[in-house]
Amino acid sequence: MNEQDKNPQKDQIDKLFGELEQLAQQQQMDLGSDLSTLKAKMVPVLKNRETTACSPWDKVCLARHVQRPGSLEYINMMCDDFMELHGDRCYGDDTALIGGIGTIDGRAITFIGNQKGSNLKENIARNHGMGHPEGYRKALRLVQQAEKFNRPVVSFIDTSGAYPGLASEERGIGEAIARNLKEFSVLKVPVLCFIIGEGGSGGALGIGVGDKLYMLENAVYSVISPEGFASILLRDSSKAEEAANTMKITAEDLKEFGIIHDIIPEPVGGAHKDPQLVASHIKKIITRDLDILCSKPADRLVRYRIKKIRGIGHFNGAQSWWDQLLNIFQLTRALK
Amino acid sequence: MRDSKKEHYASFDDVDTKKIVTCPSCSSSIHRKRLEDELYVCPECGYHFKLTPAERIAQIADQNTFEEFAADLTSRNPIALKGYEAKVSQNQRDSDLKDAVVVGTCTIDGQETVMGIMSFQFMGGSMGSVVGEKITQALLQGADTNTPVILFTASGGARMQEGIFSLMQMAKTASAAALLEATATPLFIVLTHPTTGGVTASFAMLGDVIIAEPRALIGFAGPRVIEGTIGQQLPKDFQTAEFQQKRGFVDAIVHRKELRRTLSFLLSAHAKRGR
Repeated sequence: MNEQDKNPQKDQIDKLFGELEQLAQQQQMDLGSDLSTLKAKMVPVLKNRETTACSPWDKVCLARHVQRPGSLEYINMMCDDFMELHGDRCYGDDTALIGGIGTIDGRAITFIGNQKGSNLKENIARNHGMGHPEGYRKALRLVQQAEKFNRPVVSFIDTSGAYPGLASEERGIGEAIARNLKEFSVLKVPVLCFIIGEGGSGGALGIGVGDKLYMLENAVYSVISPEGFASILLRDSSKAEEAANTMKITAEDLKEFGIIHDIIPEPVGGAHKDPQLVASHIKKIITRDLDILCSKPADRLVRYRIKKIRGIGHFNGAQSWWDQLLNIFQLTRALK
Repeated sequence: MRDSKKEHYASFDDVDTKKIVTCPSCSSSIHRKRLEDELYVCPECGYHFKLTPAERIAQIADQNTFEEFAADLTSRNPIALKGYEAKVSQNQRDSDLKDAVVVGTCTIDGQETVMGIMSFQFMGGSMGSVVGEKITQALLQGADTNTPVILFTASGGARMQEGIFSLMQMAKTASAAALLEATATPLFIVLTHPTTGGVTASFAMLGDVIIAEPRALIGFAGPRVIEGTIGQQLPKDFQTAEFQQKRGFVDAIVHRKELRRTLSFLLSAHAKRGR
């Protein structure tokens, strides 16, 4: 798969075994049987580590890990400078969904992202990263501001979903997400999206429409939580693990479906083991992609973005690709 | 997805073939013929029965003008979920539909329009690849020919049996709505009972004019989900059309008897130049 899957611990342990055997030979001690028992004991441990996270459910757990780095952590690690901007200019400021302007190698970028918080106190203050309508409206304000000043947008997705509560409904969470989907799809600046943890349903998609979509190796992206899927379709909410394994929600699944562009490797044990390394991977992709996308004319950018979204779906029946393409090309002209 | 046995939400029983129909809201018995004459609105309590696309077309479109397109699209099983194909075929047999939406062109008082009608009978009106594609085609056809689009929504949300593909239909339909807007072609939405989840959070909330049928349930997360996970007490009119209008998300609540006239007015008003 990639370099991250080579196991440094295994190499180290193998080396230690070699040294031990050498030492035993030099001292003329018979450690053969003891060493082989030891090796046998190490097998399951090593095997577990070789495949960083085996099942989709393991990935769900890793994606939800309390120590997993969030949007602000990555932004601060990558940016030379970052200034957070608050509020939707209408109702309030949602701490579950952050945004601001940062610079990477001198390039100004508008960042938006879900923010869960890194300890219980922060989790509560940030509503576990579950955004209210004002959060999605803040994100829209910031990306339209980015469009106005011709700044590219980077979005970090990490939420179990938009907040399902009374206040959320009263202020129109459905409308807020719907508007974002519509406006993001025709935004005239490049938008890069990274699913860094949980990509939960409409709450994730609400800041997840862009030119490129990447997923961290242990991130997940789904239409409903495994718990929700289990309680509705399997009629037993305790079957979340079984649900996760059937829902096709891992980065590999989504790459196979053509929904995401690429998978960003994580260190053994998950992103929280070496956040700096993951940040450097993400930063490299941002620089690489923006170098290309920022040089494209806005109308072509939007055209390709819409064309890609337009093509998603699995069904039987007549569908002429060429007509569709012509159709989109003509219609995007109206976008000026 | 939701169930709602509560009093102030209308129940989901559809009009069946019996001669005498019981109103799910006020339990009064109505003769089927009478109900038909009343456009499937309970004469006692005003409850709006759920309609099939055919019934809706008969009430709204000029006679024999509706021409369906994309009629042959049927769903596949993109995440290879056990039992999904069987469930779809079962729903196709029960509802006499291919999937949860019918799209086509027609005229209303002689005015051209593209019309899409969702059906809650078909897997709870859930939006999978077929629904997303047909809605998208309707919106793009409107944009292409500069014809106003009218969409009647009725949905429990995304069709989770299609996994991530169902979520992506939200982005797909919303981006088609953006193109419709770019061509300055009007989109009229009629929210019918119930409209929730991924449909509410995409094209249903993107109309230039959003109409709702009286007492229709409209929301994002269902009341059961909110009550269950958050433990909040909900107001009595929560997520009704009236609740949504009070909070600024619905332009008008229109009784079914006035709906055709209202849509006809909107079409003619948008065909006129203001100056």
